[in-house]
Amino acid sequence: MKIEKNVDGSNTSFALEGRLDTMTAPLLESEIQGKLDGVTALEFDFAKLSYISSAGLRVLLSAQKIMNKQGKMTIKNVCDEIKEIFEVTGFSDILTVV
Amino acid sequence: MQNWVKEIVVDSKFENVRTLTEFVESSLEPLNPSPKAIMQIGVAIDELFSNVVRYSGSANMKLILNVNADVLTAKLTFIDEGVEYDPLKKTDPDVTLAAEDREIGGLGIFLVKKIMDGVEYKRDGQKNILTVVKKLG
Repeated sequence: MKIEKNVDGSNTSFALEGRLDTMTAPLLESEIQGKLDGVTALEFDFAKLSYISSAGLRVLLSAQKIMNKQGKMTIKNVCDEIKEIFEVTGFSDILTVV
Repeated sequence: MQNWVKEIVVDSKFENVRTLTEFVESSLEPLNPSPKAIMQIGVAIDELFSNVVRYSGSANMKLILNVNADVLTAKLTFIDEGVEYDPLKKTDPDVTLAAEDREIGGLGIFLVKKIMDGVEYKRDGQKNILTVVKKLG
């Protein structure tokens, strides 16, 4: 997986490429845990993300919990297959997909 | 088209989730499965194999892939010789809770139940045998 991070003031965005699964979720977790201080807008770009498992959902949930306290979090360019994963797990009610 | 069976055995190491996924994807490719079916099978492999690595204590795991080409259905059988564990007994998580109240445990197997067309567990001697069925169309 490739993780591209862009920081612009208090806006941070991550563009993910590949698979967010058991193997790669810890990489994203390490980019997020303790590193969102002062961030008020967090955005994920899933344009090149083809796949997500519960390990990836877990990381998104912990990011969402952090951002609920300090700003907003959005996810853009989500493919239909991943949208369906969000729907069956109820994550579509927790996350903001734009 | 013919029905066929293939199998693979891998060590219980997280990185082998790739080996398993590639094995299944390349084996199914000639059948032109839908991208959605392939993605969902990949998710099932990720969830079920990572459970084996994490909890079973088994040194390795066997994956048997059965294909019924007539009805375009794949059956994946995950076999390990670890401690007895039936993931289907786990209570489904409450997927209506707000982020703050969410517990992440049990989400993987819940997801597998939702996206596969059938999931079964049985204990046979020293073996955990978990089977998932998925239509490829």
